[in-house]
Amino acid sequence: MTAVLRTKNLLKNFGAVKAADNLNITLESDTTVGLIGSNGAGKTTFLNMVTGYLTPDHGTIYFENENITGKSPRDITRRGVYRSFQIPQVFNTMTVKENLEISVSIGMNQPNYTKHIDETVNNESSIIKNSLQKFKLEEYQEKVASQLPEGTRKLLDISMALVMKPKLLLLDEPTSGVSAEEKFNIMDMVMNAVRSEKIAVLFVEHDMEIIKRYTDRTLAFFNGRVIADGLTNEVLNQENVIENILGSSI
Amino acid sequence: MDRTLAFISIGAVTLILSGYAMPQWAVFLTTVSLCYGTVVLGMILLVRTGLVSFGHGLYFCLGAYAAGTLKPFFGLSELVFMLIAAILVTTITSFALGFLLRKYRDIFFAMLSLAFSMILYGLLSKSTELGSTDGFNVTAETAFGIALSELEYGRYLIFVITVGTSWLCCTLLHLYLLSNKGKLAEAIRDNELRVEYLGASVNNIIHINYVISAVLAGLGGALMSISIGHIDPEMSYWTTSGEFVFITIMSGSSSVIAPFLGAAVFTSIRSFAYEYSPDTWQLLLGVTMLVIIVFLPEGLWSLFSKIKKKGSP
Repeated sequence: MTAVLRTKNLLKNFGAVKAADNLNITLESDTTVGLIGSNGAGKTTFLNMVTGYLTPDHGTIYFENENITGKSPRDITRRGVYRSFQIPQVFNTMTVKENLEISVSIGMNQPNYTKHIDETVNNESSIIKNSLQKFKLEEYQEKVASQLPEGTRKLLDISMALVMKPKLLLLDEPTSGVSAEEKFNIMDMVMNAVRSEKIAVLFVEHDMEIIKRYTDRTLAFFNGRVIADGLTNEVLNQENVIENILGSSI
Repeated sequence: MDRTLAFISIGAVTLILSGYAMPQWAVFLTTVSLCYGTVVLGMILLVRTGLVSFGHGLYFCLGAYAAGTLKPFFGLSELVFMLIAAILVTTITSFALGFLLRKYRDIFFAMLSLAFSMILYGLLSKSTELGSTDGFNVTAETAFGIALSELEYGRYLIFVITVGTSWLCCTLLHLYLLSNKGKLAEAIRDNELRVEYLGASVNNIIHINYVISAVLAGLGGALMSISIGHIDPEMSYWTTSGEFVFITIMSGSSSVIAPFLGAAVFTSIRSFAYEYSPDTWQLLLGVTMLVIIVFLPEGLWSLFSKIKKKGSP
């Protein structure tokens, strides 16, 4: 397997707080990796650095062997790194279908996207239809995004990233704010979609049931450092992970 | 065929045909409405992008002065060249200022745009070569090479060109708003972060939309100067920009036809109120705005959407 993402000695401080302390992480293609850690461990900071929202104080980020350190979120996104957000970032006044149409219209027409939107949408209607089906969003397609239940908003957020055909997908707490009954349904839908497209996935998660069920490999962060990296079952039973993150063994 | 485009085209043809028989005052009011409507077209593009400009008088005035100064400085008084000059000057200026303005949002964008328009007002007011606060007269002597003064219906031809230009601007903006890039205006208003994380440049789109809106304001100003025959720095004064904001709020931004409806209502109320109640015409405009904000918060155009909704099963 080839490395899609590689970080070298990443460092990020917020005043006296070390949010990233010498992070050396490699992600291979077609893998699903969980990222765990207590609050303030630097998980979202890591995602923000990889996606260009934050620039590291020191260190380098490579995506498919290209140095992307300090590039804008837009530039990194165009290379194939997409993300979803802890708080779903959707277009609230638009319908579910319009949200997907906007994503498709940007994704399919880079860098020239001056075509009539209906033409683009018609050409790519199968992508939108597939996405609505895969994520069971069909019944909501004419609903305005602000009126959707939180779980559906999460799905819309993730589906907007997936229609862009990412090579690496970063999910920030995909099941936070979602009911216990809904969380496995949501993750099943997301992971099925991701696996069929052979996309590398890194997701931040606090729910260890989700981590155990959906990841092969897990990274554990504590105070901006990687304190464990390996097979999920082994990481979750590691003493320092139990002590610093889990509180008790699972 | 697109219903909006059909409506715009029918409206333009109707105006051209009826303009021939309309009394002079009605032709004048319609011309002013079309000029204001063209400026407000650009304003609704900004509103759709989530921005309000309190300084579009800058481009309205620049367009007018670009058209008006062709004769004294270059000896040209061809109407087409006057419009081209307005487009060029407003494009270059807005492109340059856009690099700064695209970094700002909300009240900061509004006030910064106001600041630029007041700088132009100050410069023109102090410039004796350009007539200072009195301004100067503007004459388009020819249109497409035809001498307007020798033509029996010279004024009518200017009216036709005003209608034609407004129709073209309206049509092009409508097509732009339906394009992939145009649709992003609403996406930016909703969620800039998401647009960036989908791979589109928010700043570039804001910059493009700003330039388009400036050119529309410039064309409105140039047409106004040609129709009225006089320009002065008041065109860049904050009250002029305020009128554009007033019409924008009154019109609503959901259709490209709305600005022309709003401009027609505004100029009619202003003219008739000024005629019949010269001391209280501002009061009447204020009451109109109050009524629209309370009963039609999304502007006059929302009235049609409401009727359409009621009519549908």
